[in-house]
Amino acid sequence: MTKITMTVNGKAASKDVSDNTLLVEYIREHLRLTGTHVGCDTSQCGACVVHVNGQAMKSCTMLAAAAEGATVTTVEGLATSKDDLHPMQVAFKENHGLQCGFCTPGMIMTATDMVKRYQEAGKELTEDAIRHELEGNICRCTGYHNIVKSIQDGASKMTAA
Amino acid sequence: MTEGIGARVLRKEDKRFITGKGRYTDDIIEPNQAYAAFVRSPHAHANVKGIDASAALAMEGVVDVLNGHQLTGDGIGNIICGWGVTSKDGTPMNMGAWSALATEKVRYVGDAVAVVIADSAEIAKLAAESVVVDYETLPVVVGSVEALADGAPQIHENAPGNLIFDWEIGNKEPTDAALASAEHIVEMDIVNNRLAPNPMEPRSAIATFNESEDHYTLYTTSQNPHVARLVLSAFYNVAPEHKLRVIAPDVGGGFGSKIYIYPEEITCLWASMKTNRSVKWTSDRTEAFLTDAHGRDHVTHAKMGFDKNHKIVGLRVNTKANLGAYMSLFSSATPTYLYATLLSGQYNIENVYADVQGVYTNTVPVDAYRGAGRPEASFVMERMMETAARQLGVDPAELRLKNFVKEFPHQTPVIMAYDSGDFAANQKQAMDAADYKGFEKRRTEAAKRGKLRGIGFSNYIEACGIAPSAAVGSLGAGVGLWESAEVRVNPVGTIEILTGSHSHGQGHETTFAQIVAERFGLPTENVAIVHGDTDKVQFGMGTYGSRSGAVGMSAIVKAMDKVEAKVKKIGAHVLEASEDDIIIEDGAVKVKGTDKQMLWHEVGLAAYTAHNIPEGMEPGLKESAFYDPSNFTFPAGCYICEVEVDPETGVTKIIQFTASDDFGTIINPMIVEGQVHGGLAQGIGQAMFEGVVYDPDGQQLSASYMDYCMPRADDVPMYQVMHQSTECPGNPLGMKGCGEAGAIGSPPAVINAITDAIGNNNLNMPATPSAVWAALQEASKQAAE
Amino acid sequence: MYTTKYHKASDAANAASLLGASPEAKILAGGQTLIPTMKQHLAAPSDLIDISGIAELSGVTIEQRKKLGVLKAKGGETITIGATTTHYDVANNADLAAVCPAITGLAANIGDPAVRHRGTLGGSIANNDPAADYPAALLALGATIHTTSRDISADDFFTGMFSTALNEGEVIKSVSFQAPANAGYGKFPVPASRYAMVGVFVAKSIDGDVRVSVTGAGDDGVFRHAGLEAALSSDWSSASAAGVNVGAEGLLSDIHGNAAYRANLIGVMAKRAVDAA
Repeated sequence: MTKITMTVNGKAASKDVSDNTLLVEYIREHLRLTGTHVGCDTSQCGACVVHVNGQAMKSCTMLAAAAEGATVTTVEGLATSKDDLHPMQVAFKENHGLQCGFCTPGMIMTATDMVKRYQEAGKELTEDAIRHELEGNICRCTGYHNIVKSIQDGASKMTAA
Repeated sequence: MTEGIGARVLRKEDKRFITGKGRYTDDIIEPNQAYAAFVRSPHAHANVKGIDASAALAMEGVVDVLNGHQLTGDGIGNIICGWGVTSKDGTPMNMGAWSALATEKVRYVGDAVAVVIADSAEIAKLAAESVVVDYETLPVVVGSVEALADGAPQIHENAPGNLIFDWEIGNKEPTDAALASAEHIVEMDIVNNRLAPNPMEPRSAIATFNESEDHYTLYTTSQNPHVARLVLSAFYNVAPEHKLRVIAPDVGGGFGSKIYIYPEEITCLWASMKTNRSVKWTSDRTEAFLTDAHGRDHVTHAKMGFDKNHKIVGLRVNTKANLGAYMSLFSSATPTYLYATLLSGQYNIENVYADVQGVYTNTVPVDAYRGAGRPEASFVMERMMETAARQLGVDPAELRLKNFVKEFPHQTPVIMAYDSGDFAANQKQAMDAADYKGFEKRRTEAAKRGKLRGIGFSNYIEACGIAPSAAVGSLGAGVGLWESAEVRVNPVGTIEILTGSHSHGQGHETTFAQIVAERFGLPTENVAIVHGDTDKVQFGMGTYGSRSGAVGMSAIVKAMDKVEAKVKKIGAHVLEASEDDIIIEDGAVKVKGTDKQMLWHEVGLAAYTAHNIPEGMEPGLKESAFYDPSNFTFPAGCYICEVEVDPETGVTKIIQFTASDDFGTIINPMIVEGQVHGGLAQGIGQAMFEGVVYDPDGQQLSASYMDYCMPRADDVPMYQVMHQSTECPGNPLGMKGCGEAGAIGSPPAVINAITDAIGNNNLNMPATPSAVWAALQEASKQAAE
Repeated sequence: MYTTKYHKASDAANAASLLGASPEAKILAGGQTLIPTMKQHLAAPSDLIDISGIAELSGVTIEQRKKLGVLKAKGGETITIGATTTHYDVANNADLAAVCPAITGLAANIGDPAVRHRGTLGGSIANNDPAADYPAALLALGATIHTTSRDISADDFFTGMFSTALNEGEVIKSVSFQAPANAGYGKFPVPASRYAMVGVFVAKSIDGDVRVSVTGAGDDGVFRHAGLEAALSSDWSSASAAGVNVGAEGLLSDIHGNAAYRANLIGVMAKRAVDAA
């Protein structure tokens, strides 16, 4: 057991966990933040994507110990306050970008990361670019049509915000 | 009415999902929870000679290791198929025994022989690896054709030659006669590839036995918690029905795979009783590939005859359906009554005959997966029609148009009586939207860029809302297929709808609220939908087969009829008017032609205070209904797919996919379009990407996302989705159902388009780049010869 | 996954000594291959030595070529990439893109965005997955792999599927290579995993030497293709690449594509790599 400390959604978290604990287990089992999901064993579905030090990463493919001292944001911490929604969350709702909701947290975390990167680089986030950027996120319900639309809309909402 | 029928109301359920507050089974932790890990067979076919769990039992943190002999010793019953199919010769189907934990023999890779219960999931998994099972391996067979061959390994003693049933439908002699005298014959071998359903949420269960109350609670990923409770109690003897609560909380997709009651749920409940701990099991993805019921897997030979005017005179179909190692809950119905009954397609065919052999193999059990039998039927019909058009040298749209059923009701030779539709209207809408006329120009332009462009049609019809209980009962169903609803108007006027349908992505919390809003003129925020908990909701049949609209909502309408009748009585009494003059609109009960009214909440209060209600009336305002449909519903449509193939690599890109559907009345177009999008991606997935592959030893070579290709965002296009509807006469809202159409209609459109592009009709699904490239090589070789 | 002991290494030497201390220890960089392997119980390292935070192992340096007093041709800079530099950081290094766009483009298409944020060059080559992208690039660019104990040429480093010349207790610190005059990468992904079914890296050095390497297709990992090298040496054009008859011997067959298909893809990807160069 090792004490692993990090900042999760703006709050200090510290838990004694075994060295083989995955970041997703730390988040789900130890912090009980269950919005981050596990949908595969091979790092492909993206249901577990969180932001570590501001970058999207697959929390199922990372040890909690490797995130010692890191700043982690999960879907629960994306909005600035409890009563608020992040513009990307609003966009997913308004564009029917989710059905069963299981892949949604990972999709939203991937989407906010991608928009941030493109906006910082001054690159245009085209439909093709969004589809390419979603390579690591699998959805079985929506056929991606409305996820792509949500991200297009979320990107403009994030620019406006 | 901005929130009523036809309105694009945003989903009420979304907030919890977009903020990470959804509550799925694996999110739940019970106090005193232990974890189950299954010891699974690495062999596809073997005798179990012994199980040595001593090393596991010695590990710290291991609570117990339980096996199949203990399970059957405790009276836990075998898993059953709930639909009996009778063979041609009148004999019942040959169902082999399926124990939740195998005792004497394992029959597929993944068959569980024991379960470890431990303090953590990791300990359970490690301990399961340490259980030593003595297997005596047996010869293996994985394909249905091979399993029926002489000398094939025998999988179940009571299914000689691995034949479960040899079933038939239609008019055999007239069909053969019609084919014998036909002007043109089209004949094809058609394979429908085996798929893994892959809802993104893996299956999970938490079972808790409360010894002091002698009561069980099961949280599970189910599309139909009441059916789960019924079979768990009535057939598997896990617990009596009134001592078992089944809760299906948020469920992350199902697509059929979460209809069935699997060995894991049964075992967790039983193990909870044995160990006096809550027992949790969550599948990982590879375990899902090894245990979730697969879909499709048909091998078909079909022969269609045309007269000199290109009218279809007959169709004869033989299908060998691979049902895997055991018969899953609806496995017998899927390749029979849900498949061959649609082999008339959208066409007026006097003579149709089909026979289907259900076959045991050493593979994962096969059952209904999104579409269930109907995608297989539409694939046969629409591949045949496109091929016929090519062989006859006529336009595929015109050949179909010539043969459409044009008058309704229409009785087919294969049971179904189509009630409504306008197939030509859907076809025209799709052709206009897809600019079919401009295709040849686009093909020429693509050729200049070195690309092969192709176009393909699929005019599908399916049967939903399955269907009058007495009718399905006569066909072998072990259950009735009605639905229930309860409408509870609270004293403050808010409404709870308790439904036997179950939402696992379909948006019932929104759509169901919309029909209440429409009926009583209330905002949808005043309506709550309660589902998924057998302690809260009356018995219901659950969600599959696109039935929640046509059957589930019809039950709600029926209950609302009763509420409305009582409200009118109360209104007439309080407002001192005749019941005939009472109208309900804009959230008020009004007397026609006057300004007298009671607000909706005042009616609720009146009903519950009972200070001033008609004499003899019971207080309260709560009504329930059970709705049994009078017929199937028949969604239909026309799909057109346009592709470009890169001849160097065989890569196919879908340039445009156009879908014109007839779903009858649409409550929420936004949600319906979303259902079509998802269905199309699954159908395109079947056509181009997905396929479960076994090696000859029965090992799955595609048991993770490294090898099973799930469609990704860059694999699919933006879809053109549109509607051209005729109202369904069979239910009060005129609905037909939309959940499966996309998956049913799209595979033939895709394959017809690719084969058109490459000039070789010999192409199986999935049409991967390597398969398309090989077909291109074959075509150029043939051209050279 | 099995239990393991996690160590955070302070520098490369410390990592090497920790690694040497236990025969079952493994280096953990981004973990994008190792962690999934451990989760599936296919690897059980007793100790994990995390090198991801070590500053000296990360980053890209570009050393300009000495002026020779002649007109400056393209290429020739010495490029060094630290072992723990992520795919994302390679892909988005503008200076690197200016001198060797083939390598930044390659990095931009490894895995998916989340994997690129964490996965590293060192991890990719140390594992020598037969379908990984970087081995193809390093082999074609004639790179040198610098470890805590020596320098190894790429030709010597990749010794077969999942196997390298690394000794026990040896840690990759960086790789270096001379910027090519021209280079390109053509990748055809496996539809499911998106790993390379075939990846062809073509490179022409400033001295005119042509090297062509192939990943994904070989039944023993990354390899150089003599036929394509000969063709492109005499005529650096996509038509020349397309004219090579690529045989199927020694190529992989699996459920995604047989050897004949892979042979075809080698030709097509080589052609496209030259076009992209």
